[in-house]
Amino acid sequence: MRELRALLRLAKPLLPGIVLAVFLGTATVSAGVGLMAAAAWLIATASFHPPLGDLQMAIVAVRFFGVSRGAFRYAERVVTHSMTFRVLARLRVWFFERLAPLVPARTGGLYSGDLLARAVGDIESLEGFFVRVLAPPLTALVAGTALVIFFAFYGRAPALIEAGVFLAAGAGIPLAALALARRDGPLITGARAALGRASIELVQGLPDLVAAGRTRDAVTRAVGAGRRLTGALRRRAVRDGALEAAAGTLAQLGILAIFLAVLPAIRSGRLSGVGLAVIVLAALAGFEAIEPLPSAAASFREQRSAMARLLEITGANPAVTDPPIPLTIPAPWPADLPAIVMEHLRFTYPGAPAPALDGIDLDIAPGSAVAIVGASGAGKTTIIELLLRFWEGWEGRLELAGQDIRRYAADGVRAAFAVVSQRTHLFTATIRNNLLLARPGAANAELWHALEAAGLSDDVHAMPGGLETWIGEQGLALSGGQRQRLAIARAVLRDAPILLLDEPTTHLDTVTERQVLGALERIAAGRTTIMLTHRLTAMERYDTIVVLDRGRIAERGTHAELLAAHGLYRQMWDIAHREFTPA
Amino acid sequence: MFLERRLLDEAQVERLLLATAVGCGLGVAFATVIQAWAIARVVALALAKTLTGSSARQPFAIFAAATIVRALLAWGRTAAASVASQRLKDRLRQRLATHIAELGPLALGGEQTGELAGTLSEGIERLDAYVSTYLPQLALAAGIPIGIVILVAFRDLLSAAVLLVTIPVIPMFMVLIGGAASAKSRRQWTELARLGAHFLEAIQGLTTLKIFGRIHDEIGKIATTSEQFREATMGVLRIAFLSALTLELVATISTAVVAVQVGLRLLYGKLMFEPAFFVLLLAPEVYGPLRALGAAFHPGTQGVAAAERIFELLEAEAPHLEHAPTVPPPPELHIRFEDVGFSYPQHRGERAAALDGITLEIVPGTTLALAGPTGAGKSTIAALLLRFAVPGHGRITVDGVPLEEIELGAWRRTCAWVPQRPFLFAGSIADNVRLARPDAGMAAVERAVAAAGLEPVVMRLPAGLETQLGEGGAGLSGGELQRLALARAFLAEAPCLVLDEPAAHLDPRLEADLGAVMSRLLDGRTALVIAHRLQTLRTAGRIAIVEAGRIVETGTHEELLRSGGVYARMVAAE
Repeated sequence: MRELRALLRLAKPLLPGIVLAVFLGTATVSAGVGLMAAAAWLIATASFHPPLGDLQMAIVAVRFFGVSRGAFRYAERVVTHSMTFRVLARLRVWFFERLAPLVPARTGGLYSGDLLARAVGDIESLEGFFVRVLAPPLTALVAGTALVIFFAFYGRAPALIEAGVFLAAGAGIPLAALALARRDGPLITGARAALGRASIELVQGLPDLVAAGRTRDAVTRAVGAGRRLTGALRRRAVRDGALEAAAGTLAQLGILAIFLAVLPAIRSGRLSGVGLAVIVLAALAGFEAIEPLPSAAASFREQRSAMARLLEITGANPAVTDPPIPLTIPAPWPADLPAIVMEHLRFTYPGAPAPALDGIDLDIAPGSAVAIVGASGAGKTTIIELLLRFWEGWEGRLELAGQDIRRYAADGVRAAFAVVSQRTHLFTATIRNNLLLARPGAANAELWHALEAAGLSDDVHAMPGGLETWIGEQGLALSGGQRQRLAIARAVLRDAPILLLDEPTTHLDTVTERQVLGALERIAAGRTTIMLTHRLTAMERYDTIVVLDRGRIAERGTHAELLAAHGLYRQMWDIAHREFTPA
Repeated sequence: MFLERRLLDEAQVERLLLATAVGCGLGVAFATVIQAWAIARVVALALAKTLTGSSARQPFAIFAAATIVRALLAWGRTAAASVASQRLKDRLRQRLATHIAELGPLALGGEQTGELAGTLSEGIERLDAYVSTYLPQLALAAGIPIGIVILVAFRDLLSAAVLLVTIPVIPMFMVLIGGAASAKSRRQWTELARLGAHFLEAIQGLTTLKIFGRIHDEIGKIATTSEQFREATMGVLRIAFLSALTLELVATISTAVVAVQVGLRLLYGKLMFEPAFFVLLLAPEVYGPLRALGAAFHPGTQGVAAAERIFELLEAEAPHLEHAPTVPPPPELHIRFEDVGFSYPQHRGERAAALDGITLEIVPGTTLALAGPTGAGKSTIAALLLRFAVPGHGRITVDGVPLEEIELGAWRRTCAWVPQRPFLFAGSIADNVRLARPDAGMAAVERAVAAAGLEPVVMRLPAGLETQLGEGGAGLSGGELQRLALARAFLAEAPCLVLDEPAAHLDPRLEADLGAVMSRLLDGRTALVIAHRLQTLRTAGRIAIVEAGRIVETGTHEELLRSGGVYARMVAAE
């Protein structure tokens, strides 16, 4: 019930809206009950041929309830929909705020955005919680209580029976649905996930499957996974259908029970025929309050597991805490201090068997250019994650501008870096919006200057929309080289003292790589540059090259020194130059 | 009102079950009428002060029986509709999966694989509400109101007339509901989806936002755009809900009118109590089915949107890879591309390379290497030889036999593919190596793994060849994946190879003997290699340089160097 508590906590500021929704829901049901009860009274009384005046009141009541019910229903729908959007907005802000401190350390690393996509779907499935799950039972409670009190005027038996019906059909059946769902809920979730996986295997593995002549097996697997899901859904629908039918049956048996219970009262004249007509029609109309409850239970069981998944993500402890009184990085950057110092730096990811960095010693002087090379898994990404203060818990020394990196606030540390990486996220927006991310409120001239520096201004001039050009989903309307140069332009606008380049030319062909490297060279002037790469292009320009191997520094020196040393770097160089990537 | 024709054709197959569901629904309505009759009878007896245990026995029994029947039919309706929907989904998924496989990798394009897999899984699931709820409810909404009005007419004509007058309001209601789905409100729903996509992107780009110190701004943006959207949408919904308001008002006001007019006629002795009460009980039932239809409308719309995408895919034409009568692959694999042209479907955009006038020859037992810049069309040439698609122009022949006339299954066994990044299927390493030869024994798999130099990797893994890969299992690095692709090819033992040469990884341990492994694999085989290494080009029988979809040069390494053309310049530049 941790999930329910968390949801209710989120609901607190929306309480007035929920109260209003419940009030309007109750008013709608009550108007329906009033309409039918007044109509029953009217017809039953009329059969005794009283003077017309005796019926006036009832006629007015019938008309009033007839019109007001529609109005209440309309108001209720407007309020509940408005609430749904508010809830969605609140949930999004809540999740985003909770998630921000956890990324990327607690969410599977620097490049794991896809994992979170599922969470976004979960949030959307929660939007209906207050309207479809929380409000209906409250409405049923209020409306049911009112109905039972109303029945009590006609006798104890009808009131007790109606209370029993509301309890059995309104609470018993939904609870039974919840209990039964405990078993097949995970089954359906599992089947859904298996179907998703089988579909991805078929679609993304299609080239391999077609070439190997194995498509039929993959089709069979996907269809089989689909059948397991539809089978489970069918069993659930059949069971839920039975429960829903049972709820209706309970309400109708309640009417039969009222009939049987009031027989003696009717005979003795304690209850009139008119009273019986009113009770029966009111009971029939009142069922409307319980009708949505079984499906509310169904929604709740899905939303509870959605919320559980979200809480699992947000419940993690942030990997980094800011110091109570953070230092600020001196500006201008002190020229006499090393920009970055690593000494015996050692870091093991939680749960990993071996350290990712195992005793790194590295001084980077301000204004110098350092390349860190190594195969994938050598520890390059870890260095970035530590420098950008995404992790704590390392051993040794890690200093920025002469101070332990932990003495700065994380945002302050990141402000010292302009980052260009192979996977820099471009947002589905215009070129301008993507640039403004790095410097909000920048003038057009500044934007063009940055594009110029990145070697992209001619391209953007040639685009029909100029700065307003829409760059497609995550920049896919641009070519690979253009995307990368846009990321560089962003780094220029960022105007930070340290340029951190994380394999900025991966996935680019040689010509484009040269363009991008050229742009990088222009903007690197006067900045401390750290380049992490596994492509050995233009290595002569680095003051120091550090060769990483399995978390240790295997070699260091200038390009010429390392080539002459005939070590690991030389081997890598030879491999790289076996490669033939013609322009 | 909306109906998706192709989806209806699909639902036709389940007409028996859907008719059962509708029949059950009609039965429920009829049982409700019976219950109303019984209630009216009991109340009439009570008013006449003749309600006793014996006089009530008959209506009580009928009421109880109707209640049980009603419950069973209501259950039957849900069950039949659900079974129909599940069967329809199963069948569509079978067709869509088969069709995706037939369309092949080239027709699908690279970017949208996620969306496509989503259509195959969740897209088809979204048809549920349309098939199991909306469709049966549509039939019931058309049938039940009329049926009840007719039954009412037997007891009281005037009340039937009152209810009948409201029936023309029903199409009006439908039009209004249509209005709710009209351009403006549809735009709002699209906007909602876009807002959702934005949020997803903010989440995926969270690390980037963090590096740029923009978290606070983004939170504010999420809150304000959501609020602006809510205000705009509520403006539209206030109008869209008027259709529901109309239905609600028609239902309650006509019930009120029926009540008042039968009450007045009762007063003046023109009507008996029992038929009057019966009519009052039935009046709300006329509108119940319409209300249910309104509730089923929105989930139904999602089904229609999903159906449009599903049928668009199903109607995409699959390439005709095989022309009967077919022959087995010729023993002599003399492959010729004769003036081959190919262009991609429009939607793939400008980056897809089109081929034009490709003429090539691969002599049996030798390697032809393709070289050229990214996007020049090398992969497309390879894809055509692998029969992922058919040339739009010209032909490919093997020993004079057009490729389409060679039995497809046998060709797949003849010609193996080594991609740069093989896809890892959920399963063990052994299963993944066995892709092209699922029946291969463990000894053969071990030999292939050794030949590809994958052995050291396998030995490091906890369960060796039985280690589970894929989601939830172990992953492999880029270099290890390439070795796996090579192992697959060794195991396939195919006489023809299409090899996308692995890009270099700066891991000397993985690179050490890759050249030797590849030459062992290529030795004696007829091969088309997309080359990335000078070494491979030097040893290849012939080289073809591809640029912008055309062959610009062919010859051996030495010939091309001597001719001083494009290739010679490329080599000099390295």
